[in-house]
Amino acid sequence: MNSAEELGMQFGIFTVGDVTADPTAGTTPSEAERIQATLAIARKAEDVGLDVFATGEHHNPPFVPSSPTTLLGCIAGQTERLLLSTATTLITTNDPVKIAEDFSVLQHVSGGRADLMLGRGNTGPVYPWFGQDIRQAIPLTVEHYGLLRRLWREDVVDWEGELRSSLQGFTLAPRPLDGVPPFVWHAAIRTPEVAELAAHYGDGFFANHIFWPASHTQSMVELYRRRFAHYGHGSPEQAIVGLGGQVFMRHNSQDAVKEFRPYFDNAPVYGHGPSLEDFTALTPLTVGSPAQVIEKTLGFREYAGDYQRQLFLVDHAGLPLKTVLEQLDILGEEVVPVLRKEFAVGRPADVPPAPTHRSLLRARGDGGGPHPDDDHPEAR
Amino acid sequence: MDETDSVKAVRLTVITGGLREPSSTRLLADRLVTAVTAELERLGDHAESTIVELRPLGHPIMDAMLTGLTRDELESAFASVADADGVIAVTPAFNASFSGLFKSFFDVLPEDTLSDMPVLIGATGGTERHSLVLEHALRPMLTYLHAIVSPRAVYAATSDFGLASGSALAERIVAAAADFSRLLHGCGPRPRRDVVDEDLASMQALLGGNDG
Repeated sequence: MNSAEELGMQFGIFTVGDVTADPTAGTTPSEAERIQATLAIARKAEDVGLDVFATGEHHNPPFVPSSPTTLLGCIAGQTERLLLSTATTLITTNDPVKIAEDFSVLQHVSGGRADLMLGRGNTGPVYPWFGQDIRQAIPLTVEHYGLLRRLWREDVVDWEGELRSSLQGFTLAPRPLDGVPPFVWHAAIRTPEVAELAAHYGDGFFANHIFWPASHTQSMVELYRRRFAHYGHGSPEQAIVGLGGQVFMRHNSQDAVKEFRPYFDNAPVYGHGPSLEDFTALTPLTVGSPAQVIEKTLGFREYAGDYQRQLFLVDHAGLPLKTVLEQLDILGEEVVPVLRKEFAVGRPADVPPAPTHRSLLRARGDGGGPHPDDDHPEAR
Repeated sequence: MDETDSVKAVRLTVITGGLREPSSTRLLADRLVTAVTAELERLGDHAESTIVELRPLGHPIMDAMLTGLTRDELESAFASVADADGVIAVTPAFNASFSGLFKSFFDVLPEDTLSDMPVLIGATGGTERHSLVLEHALRPMLTYLHAIVSPRAVYAATSDFGLASGSALAERIVAAAADFSRLLHGCGPRPRRDVVDEDLASMQALLGGNDG
């Protein structure tokens, strides 16, 4: 039994997997060091009681995670109960058959601890590297995902589309664990089409959240919730929402600001733009004490509603491994226990808990559940 | 014209890229607004104008360009442009083009905001030798953005501001305002495009054909 099983909310971390110079030390980790650090971070996430580890997918330097299920498979072997996810798996440039196979195997080897978050990817050159065209990003997303769903739900697939070669009599091997497809989140920064896709299928919607003002995230989440209800999956409040966020903590908030500032000022994604103070005022970034992180994170509920998954970015901007592990200690010991308790207060009973393999299996066993069409008795 | 036309004000948004206070670019913008408002009155239209000064938006524009972060004040400037029936855009001429700040605003302005938007362009400069900045920089950019650029643009050199009223500048302003007002009057109230709704409609069409 996974301990994340009965949780209303899951808390975890997501990594971009960037190799970034530490501006205070002037050193840059090797790819080998970054990958080993990622594994250590994932193990630590489990040790400190977090629920989820999610990795990005990138196909160019300075990023290392080009093969997420290889990484997650290794983490599965080194952990017991940590949920393994992605942030994000590129539904546009990956072949849907390969995604179906990779995550099917990952679900088996991890004993039902895998899910995935799909995204389009916005690095133009990646598309031609994989024989695709970025101008087709949205049609690719819709067509590939339509096929992916069928591969996980139908034993024999005959499929014809516009953007991929046809399949005749194709059977996915291995069939999904227990015949239950991995839960799918759809991640977006600012694409309303993604909220629509998630709502259409009754899947989860993950708002990247970082870099964006609350009002922006609010309108995307509201759109998703409204359309989720429109498609008949439940009330808007029952839609499955995840949010990103990024934090840097020290017990004294001034120490946190002082220590993080050189990383912020030089990070490729933040640096030389808005000040640290502006960024913390306008976006989910919190640099301060654990109490400040708790307060700000609890505030997300005010505009996103009661939600299911909170992922923090903690290993970015060139922070050394030792510091990241310290951040995880604080998250696990001081922040997440309070968040679990406080988020549970006033959470309506009909807001569903975060879906897991077991909850989906149970829902199907009850004869109801979100996917009444995915019965595969021979896949037991 | 029918009654609804006469009660609804024509919404003008003025984008002015002057850097100094007082700014001759702002001065030209104000004179263009006054002239357009008067011309519209003659055509039976009442105009309301909103000014978007780019100088105080300098840092937010650069933040948006570097990190994608759009601050509230920039967001509301975008909304003023999107809600307009017509835009008056005026820039100082720098190095044979518009100012970098002026260009940067259009670079971060959400795509399609200016589609089918009537736009009157103006520029200021130290000498009249730079006047073709209007035809060689502003007009192509706005045409690229699918704006409907009014045929007559107005350039004001420093020396123009010293001349008595009834001068060549005043005549150019009145002539340009008359063209632009006819364009605005002809185009009528501009429906605000809801890009989110358009995106969703195309997504729904795609999903309709791909039920997995």
